[in-house]
Amino acid sequence: MRRGAAGPLDRLLSGDRPGTPLLSVLLLLLLAALALAPFLFPGTRSVAVAARICIFIVLAASYDVMLGYTGIASFAHTMFFGMGAYGVAIALAKLSAGWGAVLLGTVAGVLLAIVVAVLIGLLSLRVRAVFFSMITLAVASFALILATQLRDLTGGEDGLTFSVPELLRPGFRLAAEPVLGVPLDGRVITYYLIFAVSLALFLLMLRIVNSPFGRVLQAIRENEFRAEALGYRTVVYRTLAGALSAAMAALAGALMALLLRYNGPDVTLSFAVMVDILLMVVIGGMGTLYGPALGAVVLVMAEYYLQPAMAGLSGALAGWPLLPALFDPDRWLLWLGLLFVLVVYFFPAGIVGKLRERAP
Amino acid sequence: MTNDILLELAGVHTHIGRYHILHGVDLAVRRGRLTMLLGRNGAGKTTTLRTIMGLWRRSAGEIRFDGAPIGALATPDIARLGIAYVPENMGIFAELTVRENLLLATGPEGFDEARLEAVLALFPALREKWNNPAGSLSGGQKQMLAISRAIIEERRLLIVDEPTKGLAPAVIQLLIDAFLRLKSTATTILLVEQNFHMARSVGDDVAVMDDGRIVHTGSMAALAADEALQQHLLGLSLASHQ
Amino acid sequence: MIARWLSLRAGDWAPYALLPLLVLATLPVMSFSTWLTLTVAGFAMGMMLFLMAAGLTLIFGLMQVFTFAHGAFITLGAYLAVSVFGALAGWSSATSWALNLAVLAAALAVALLASGAAGYVFERLIIRRVYGAHLRQILITMGGLIIAEQLVVAIWGANPLPLPKPASFQGSLIIAGAAIEKYRLIAVVLGLAVYAGLHLLLNRTRVGLLVRAGVENIEMVEALGYRIRRLFIGVFVTGTALAGIGGVMWGLYQELVTRSIGSEMTILIFIILIIGGLGSIGGCFTAAILVGLVTNYVGFLAPKLALGSTILLMMLVLLWRPRGLFPVGAG
Repeated sequence: MRRGAAGPLDRLLSGDRPGTPLLSVLLLLLLAALALAPFLFPGTRSVAVAARICIFIVLAASYDVMLGYTGIASFAHTMFFGMGAYGVAIALAKLSAGWGAVLLGTVAGVLLAIVVAVLIGLLSLRVRAVFFSMITLAVASFALILATQLRDLTGGEDGLTFSVPELLRPGFRLAAEPVLGVPLDGRVITYYLIFAVSLALFLLMLRIVNSPFGRVLQAIRENEFRAEALGYRTVVYRTLAGALSAAMAALAGALMALLLRYNGPDVTLSFAVMVDILLMVVIGGMGTLYGPALGAVVLVMAEYYLQPAMAGLSGALAGWPLLPALFDPDRWLLWLGLLFVLVVYFFPAGIVGKLRERAP
Repeated sequence: MTNDILLELAGVHTHIGRYHILHGVDLAVRRGRLTMLLGRNGAGKTTTLRTIMGLWRRSAGEIRFDGAPIGALATPDIARLGIAYVPENMGIFAELTVRENLLLATGPEGFDEARLEAVLALFPALREKWNNPAGSLSGGQKQMLAISRAIIEERRLLIVDEPTKGLAPAVIQLLIDAFLRLKSTATTILLVEQNFHMARSVGDDVAVMDDGRIVHTGSMAALAADEALQQHLLGLSLASHQ
Repeated sequence: MIARWLSLRAGDWAPYALLPLLVLATLPVMSFSTWLTLTVAGFAMGMMLFLMAAGLTLIFGLMQVFTFAHGAFITLGAYLAVSVFGALAGWSSATSWALNLAVLAAALAVALLASGAAGYVFERLIIRRVYGAHLRQILITMGGLIIAEQLVVAIWGANPLPLPKPASFQGSLIIAGAAIEKYRLIAVVLGLAVYAGLHLLLNRTRVGLLVRAGVENIEMVEALGYRIRRLFIGVFVTGTALAGIGGVMWGLYQELVTRSIGSEMTILIFIILIIGGLGSIGGCFTAAILVGLVTNYVGFLAPKLALGSTILLMMLVLLWRPRGLFPVGAG
């Protein structure tokens, strides 16, 4: 984090500049690509991938606030993601598909997330750190069970399909004629809604972690004992960080529901999503916010575009024992898992950390 | 003469995290004598003992035992040189019985019957509680157990951290007797204490610590006789510090 | 008043009373035969859970290594059982007790050795470098778990594999009017045998003494001259080996082996560790049976609650005793 002159860029980024030319360029490219996605990469699938990247940037960054900045390993993050998504999903499914329902659902999801996060935060007061991590795993599992059991409310295993407000529906047209070859339909509008909100939330998180509050979090991460001795009630700070993180995740969930016009346990609450978030934050670089952003890109792209490459490789290795199975496209998580382990060992600061290290 | 000195610290510094606790400790513990390590709370006495035992690594300086450097050895290897350590919190295992606690301090052959008898004669309460979990013992009994564990086998050096803390005067007297008995067998002892009565009763040599360094060394007798020096070093008359 | 008197006489007796209390409390609310069936089922499940959790409580409690990868060794055991049973299919389908026991013994032996060996490799390669760094341990072992699951699928395929019990282990015995599954009795016997073995090891040997002391205060054990860290690899390998045989037994119990069979158990195992306290084998045993019983009783009495019941149990225990029922040492 270098402090340049306090120009408008610095104020926007809350003084947390990328730090190295390479990283800045990468982030700029990312921003441009996402801002112009429907025009640069036309087609329903590409736009959906771009939207997914935006949402996961927020989700991963919110997890980084807990893991990277405060040093808390919680495995309940998907629960908050799910709360936001289910909030919107249930509201839109049960009530008429208008903006009021969207707002109601979002607020309900975020509030629930905050309340639960605070309860969990207070729990950490009574139990030791490793117990806490284990308990969050159990709580997340409990949330998954609840979602699948409460069929009437959540649609159970099958989830909920619902309509979104008219503006966001695929059939809606903002302008009769396509702009730059791309029809301005509900999908594009949905995309820009997601993009704008994600960008705003990311900048907000940037502001918060670079504030005095954020610095206290980092002090707690470094040495909790010392922070307490200096007069900071660590439980309060951790709980606040947890509540903030949960609220952001819930908002990301709300966006996810609007994107898919569907929500189910596998989309938001499954352990696979938790693993994805973990990979994004660690590979990207813990405690940097930019790291999770890059990590989100890497992972979502891998999920969609690595697999065909692996399929090719697997085919080329046919006839060898075991090797084709190792490169089967369904095994993409194996290689990401390996990457994850290697990163934790050799590059604990992730991509961003490695890039910043090279800075003169 | 240097072979008079069993344990020697020269310019030892210890850091814990970012905190610089020991600022160049120079200490000599003479063979067959009981050396007291005195000082206020926070002076660095416990840190010194832990550094000797290798529980905390010295960041600079030399530690020599019987002439050989031990500063880089791991704790078990230091203990195997014949050094017994009784920490401030006694370090007894609450879930294990008294017998098991003592057994841990013996070698593969188990108890030396004669020595065990001598120890139990010193601290009869342990015989009573032989098969009880150590956690059920009173504070004084736990301390007796901790010290017994240190002497159940012959050791070349005993390092003891505040044995009388929180104990009743009667028990303290028992401990004093035990230490005097140990001294008669020419065991070398390094003892940290706040209780001056204890210190004066058993100490031969004395070293006073303040702010991570040794600020005075000499004989216990000399210090005990000099009230002004006591005031100067420890901030109050030790006679009042019972 | 009575409780206080009891406390003074018998120390902390309350946690020990939980098991008999639970067993007795459910007796009036159902028929005796149902109660007997469920209780045996609960004990059987508890025993299998104990096998899986026993090693981990020592790994967490003695070594302070917080590995989230234990489920991988359970999964490995279960899949190896599929392979062994596949290779010795004739022995399994025969109605001879001797042959059936032999194939089970073979599967257990293979799982024991393989999971133990895998544990050795895992400790040397992955755990060794992150001693003391708890957060990194959690992260890296999570990664290890992911990799292991993917490898299992790469080797055995993505489809769930059936693992039928040997012929003479199928079916039930009628005892006191209740149908008691034969396999469950075998599980109970095995579990008790392992517990007895561990108990003897911990309480009658010098190594066991070191482990029990080390769980309380490892520094002091070192200060007594023991190079106790050399025991770590042995403890870890024993833990993973036990997880392996737990996987065999559980796989046969479910009669279906999936890639997540091990990680599904992880949450239950963690709950057992939390309830039982880290580092206490007796606590682990009690907690495992408690979890087994609760799962079975609630599964009968309130099926909708069944899945979440153990989590609720954990929460209740934590509210009562934040360090678990049988915390050992420094905690």
